[in-house]
Amino acid sequence: MSVLQLRGVSKAYGHEPTRVHALGGVDLSVRAGEMVAVMGPSGSGKSTLLTIAGSLEEPTSGDVLVCGMALAGMPRDRKARLRRRVIGYVFQDFNLLPGLTAVENAALPLELDGVAVPKARAAGLAALEALGVADQAGRFPDQLSGGERQRVAIARAVVGDRRLLLADEPSGALDSVNADEVMRLLHEACQRGVAAVVVTHDAQLAAWADRVVVLRDGRVTGQTARPPGPESLLIPGKIR
Amino acid sequence: MSVPHVLLALLAEGPKYGLQLREEFEAGTGEVWPLNVGQVYKTLGRLERDGLAESEGTGQDGPQKWFRITPRGEEALAAWLRTPPDLTSPPRDELVMKVLVAARVPGTDAHEVIQAHRLYLLELMQQWTRLKEGEARDDLGLALVVDAELFRLDAVIRWLDAADARLRRAVAEPSRPAPVPAPVPQLRRLAARR
Repeated sequence: MSVLQLRGVSKAYGHEPTRVHALGGVDLSVRAGEMVAVMGPSGSGKSTLLTIAGSLEEPTSGDVLVCGMALAGMPRDRKARLRRRVIGYVFQDFNLLPGLTAVENAALPLELDGVAVPKARAAGLAALEALGVADQAGRFPDQLSGGERQRVAIARAVVGDRRLLLADEPSGALDSVNADEVMRLLHEACQRGVAAVVVTHDAQLAAWADRVVVLRDGRVTGQTARPPGPESLLIPGKIR
Repeated sequence: MSVPHVLLALLAEGPKYGLQLREEFEAGTGEVWPLNVGQVYKTLGRLERDGLAESEGTGQDGPQKWFRITPRGEEALAAWLRTPPDLTSPPRDELVMKVLVAARVPGTDAHEVIQAHRLYLLELMQQWTRLKEGEARDDLGLALVVDAELFRLDAVIRWLDAADARLRRAVAEPSRPAPVPAPVPQLRRLAARR
């Protein structure tokens, strides 16, 4: 089942003659358990696509469906609830709240949603555990390394029962080994059933995805087919 | 790739048999580059002839004959490790040629050609990344080979992106150098340098 569906989504800013068309008729469908990377040069519409998919911005035309529910015409409070319960966001600069510990940060979306504090914290701790940073639960963001901060940010994005993960350049300024680790964790979250859209300009990060969509001038200009398994890269009969 | 020097490196760890060298070569390079037994013995023969390795055991090539590195072999290995490979002249890259040609052939959309190659390279990178996710997690040799391949393919994609942007700009701003890339004589010059 598609967790996210964009049908003919367009977005334009301003008025003629200076109107800017950020997206033009984008169709995209992401299934549960699938990670899709969106690649394109700056100004291609990648970030606009993500904010529209996350219901942070409305399209000029076209439909957006999250878990089968159309966002168009949805009351603001329902949309906000959907954002809190179903969608997780991972930002380039992590966006952790400095005054909260790791577990408080991870549990925050649930607490904002009205979940009782002990229950929310338990879920936050479980999310930290899945990302291998449970031992850092009581520390504040400035006491964590860059890699640990991003793990906490991913824990916050998947805490509870999130179905859709949206990530904008999730590896930020991390070095390539830590950036790889971030992508590995996001991919593992998908293998547990979450759908993810990762926006990046970096082909090495995009290659972690099950499908790479190329965006240019607001339009999808191509996408990868499912590549054969990695066995073909190794000496025949040597795969372990 | 220099098979003789990789074999010398394996012999630097201690004396070994030919078949053992082949297995260790393949395992040590992530089992990405195959090496046949004939090639191993032929290379060992040359190393022996040049005084870089010596053998003991029965006279025939086979499982009973083992090889060890000589002091001269150790010197040659140390010198090879520190000698940069020749990267001065650009390789005659088929993909570069295709993009150069696509920009010249009437009725051909060079951006479409570039996109087709970009998608193929991304699929290849996805395959290598699956290895990184699986087998290469516990295999340092394979992890290093996978990284090298991913960085190489990434560089090619970046070049395609740059070529794409450059061709667009050339069309949008005709006052700049014409979109028609290298004329044929220049291509010949490039090839002749190899």
